Amino acid sequence: MDHLDVLESRTIYILREAFNKIDNLAMLWSLGKDSNAMLWMARKAFFGHVPFPLVHIDTEKKFPEMYAFREHYAKEWNLDLRKGLCPPVEEMDPTLPPAARSAARKTAGLNTMLAKEKWSGLIAGIRRDEEGTRAKERVFSPRGGQNKWDFRDQPPEFWDQFKTDFPPDTHLRVHPILGWTEIDIWRYIQREGIPIVDLYFSKNGKRYRSLGDQDITFPVESNASTLEEIIEELQETKVAERSGRAMDHESEDAFERLRADGYM
Amino acid sequence: MTDPAVHTTPPLKIVIVGHVDHGKSTLIGRLFHDTGSLPDGKTEAIQAMCERRGMPFEWAFLMDALKAERDQGITIDVSHIQFKTALRDYVMIDAPGHREFIKNMVTGAAQADAAVLVVDGMDGIQEQTRRHAYLLHLLGIQQVVVAVNKMDLVEFSEARFLQVADDVKAYLADLGIDLQHTLIVPVSARDGDGIVTLSDRMSWYDGATLAESLDTLQPPITSEQLPLRFPIQDVYKFDERRILAGRLESGHLKVGDTLLFSPSNKTAQVMSIEAWQAKDRILGVRAGEPVGVTLDEQLFIERGEVASTVTNAPMLSNVFRGRIFWLGHKPLVPGNRYKMKLCTAEYMVEVEKIERVIDVKDLGSARGTQVERNAVGEVVLRTRGLVPLDPFDVNMVTGRFVLVEDFDIVGGGLINMDNYADQRPGQTVKSTNITRVEHRVPMEERWKANGHTGGILWMTGLSGSGKSTLAFSLEQYLFRLGYQVYVLDGDNIRHGLCADLGFSPEDRVENIRRVGQAAALFARAGVLVLTAFISPYRADRDRVRALGSDIFHEIHVDANLETCEERDPKGLYAKARKGEIADFTGISAPYEPPVAPELHLNTTEQSVEDSVAILADYVSKKFALTSR
Repeated sequence: MDHLDVLESRTIYILREAFNKIDNLAMLWSLGKDSNAMLWMARKAFFGHVPFPLVHIDTEKKFPEMYAFREHYAKEWNLDLRKGLCPPVEEMDPTLPPAARSAARKTAGLNTMLAKEKWSGLIAGIRRDEEGTRAKERVFSPRGGQNKWDFRDQPPEFWDQFKTDFPPDTHLRVHPILGWTEIDIWRYIQREGIPIVDLYFSKNGKRYRSLGDQDITFPVESNASTLEEIIEELQETKVAERSGRAMDHESEDAFERLRADGYM
Repeated sequence: MTDPAVHTTPPLKIVIVGHVDHGKSTLIGRLFHDTGSLPDGKTEAIQAMCERRGMPFEWAFLMDALKAERDQGITIDVSHIQFKTALRDYVMIDAPGHREFIKNMVTGAAQADAAVLVVDGMDGIQEQTRRHAYLLHLLGIQQVVVAVNKMDLVEFSEARFLQVADDVKAYLADLGIDLQHTLIVPVSARDGDGIVTLSDRMSWYDGATLAESLDTLQPPITSEQLPLRFPIQDVYKFDERRILAGRLESGHLKVGDTLLFSPSNKTAQVMSIEAWQAKDRILGVRAGEPVGVTLDEQLFIERGEVASTVTNAPMLSNVFRGRIFWLGHKPLVPGNRYKMKLCTAEYMVEVEKIERVIDVKDLGSARGTQVERNAVGEVVLRTRGLVPLDPFDVNMVTGRFVLVEDFDIVGGGLINMDNYADQRPGQTVKSTNITRVEHRVPMEERWKANGHTGGILWMTGLSGSGKSTLAFSLEQYLFRLGYQVYVLDGDNIRHGLCADLGFSPEDRVENIRRVGQAAALFARAGVLVLTAFISPYRADRDRVRALGSDIFHEIHVDANLETCEERDPKGLYAKARKGEIADFTGISAPYEPPVAPELHLNTTEQSVEDSVAILADYVSKKFALTSR
């Protein structure tokens, strides 16, 4: 087994654990490269089926290419797509810096959907190498009453034995691709031929490395217009993946505060 | 530009452990910086954080990404960061040293292939140094690099370094960690001495730097050679197919294989291996791979059953011993019931008794009535039904479990089946009303009369590796010295005791079982028994070992296949190559080499005389009584 086989095997194992252990399960689908790779592995894990709904928390500020991608593949892949809208920015915590306050809409939108759909488990495609607070996540990560993350007292997790027992008012976040890196994802997309939004490819010397809301996401300088070129660029770069995401950089703990409140 | 080949192998996972304040996070920060693995702007960002707090530059902030940690100055949880040398990629797992945070340390260390144990050069070994080293050992991590840190605080003294190194060595040796491959490196992480370059301030040291030491570590070994273990994770009926899904934890499996399911004891054949896309469709899978199979008959199989081959099945037992590290807030006490998770299965277990509680300070053990949080103990657990399991030293994955109390994982344990029987029906004693009777001649009397103890030298290896040659030469040599010694040889035994057996896997298992029982009887009579059987299956040999681990000595007579084929003393390889012999070990049937034999003889390179000399020397050390 090569590196990608090892990663894929573990992701499939985690997806199958989640499906077996969690009664009311859904998968977040942000339309980005990570969640597309994750969705691809779900189809492998369940032999061509996706046995849970796909949730897109829509801030209504995504790029048009992303909406087109969503509609096309939801139909082609026969997905049970659930869309959730987000409240206006004025209702968000005014003490947060502007971009983080805007991003907090997504948490609020998610919490509204959670309250309505009563999901007890949500699969999310975050990775440890993206950002410091995500580096500390568990694969099965419980969320308390207000969907909050208690990073000070996380359950032990070893030998692929996950926390699958919890009181009724908690829900679980499941992170099947936590151990993947950005370049692993790209190599996997290349190997498997997974469709992605073309905003990731360079146009006029710029490309997006990470996709979020239009107004708080910025392209990076790049001439990489094919998968091969992106992989080559990532082998060399020292620029952080989320450098184009404004909310990560406004203040030291902005992202940590977002995540403690239930952001992905 | 790094070599693209590097990326086809998984990164090596390294956990950093050690006592609080001995400088783990600083060491990692420095290692990342000095190997050029930090993203742009990270150093400046840390600089800015430190200035805002009015403190000197602190490398530890790299890993301590959470604000809460920066303010307290201790690592709360486990962080993972990628890092690379010219040789390969690494994932660094930072584990906290504070006493209360053992569960996070275990979470980090359980995923690691190797560990760096950081010891303060001034403080030396402390409680957490010992506890972490002990837990590493329990979790099965054999490779350890020791970084003696803060050498700047002891004026880069060689004498002090050697003293700390000796203390660490003594403790690790007591744990049974192989010191031959344990590198001990003096560093000053804060200033970068000894991290990627040797330091002028420690000119007395010319060994490996920390980065070079990491590059000497070995990647994890695959469990493909072990017997098949396929714990069923789920059964899917999305369409007309009924698919048993899971992950192969060890061994291999192909279409047409007969599977035995435990504990239900049902068997069926693999009809197909399923995949979503045509390109992924395959006829066989190996350890580590995800799999979904359909069977030739509709058995009622649930999650938690373990599929194996018919002949090398896991043990079945409702009672076993566990070496447990305890993470629960409430202590573990006899009579308590917990949910046990072993691979994909769940069972209720009751703590029957606590055999001992281990003191990590001096590795002494005490009789205890309970196992406290963060402590280690050996306990006997009992379930209602039979549980398929393996001893941990036979199969790590099917030999370990976690315990759950209420909603939380409260402990992890390793299974030890010494003196507990396999309760699988058919392998257990069929006659009833039998009581063992005691001999009136004590074992020691027999030994004294013979001048040596009894035992079994079990030679295993390919056909043509030299087992019989060595056994008969050694027998002659020892006999002349006055030993009570006798060879049980494959061909001879098959003319009598095992004349009714062929070479099918089932018959091979029975053949070895009988030989093992006979050998054990000889050994108890005081004789030194030499056996010369291919005995290709590890589980069979382990079963003989279980008859008496103190009298069983496994000797791997190891010659490579080419050499054996060239020798071909009985012309069997030639026949096997022509397809005239089915199931021939090495050609069409597997040979599972011993994992940790008592003695390893390389008979490709060594002459018969040299091998016999090594064996004779081993016998005189292990069996001769001093008066001889």
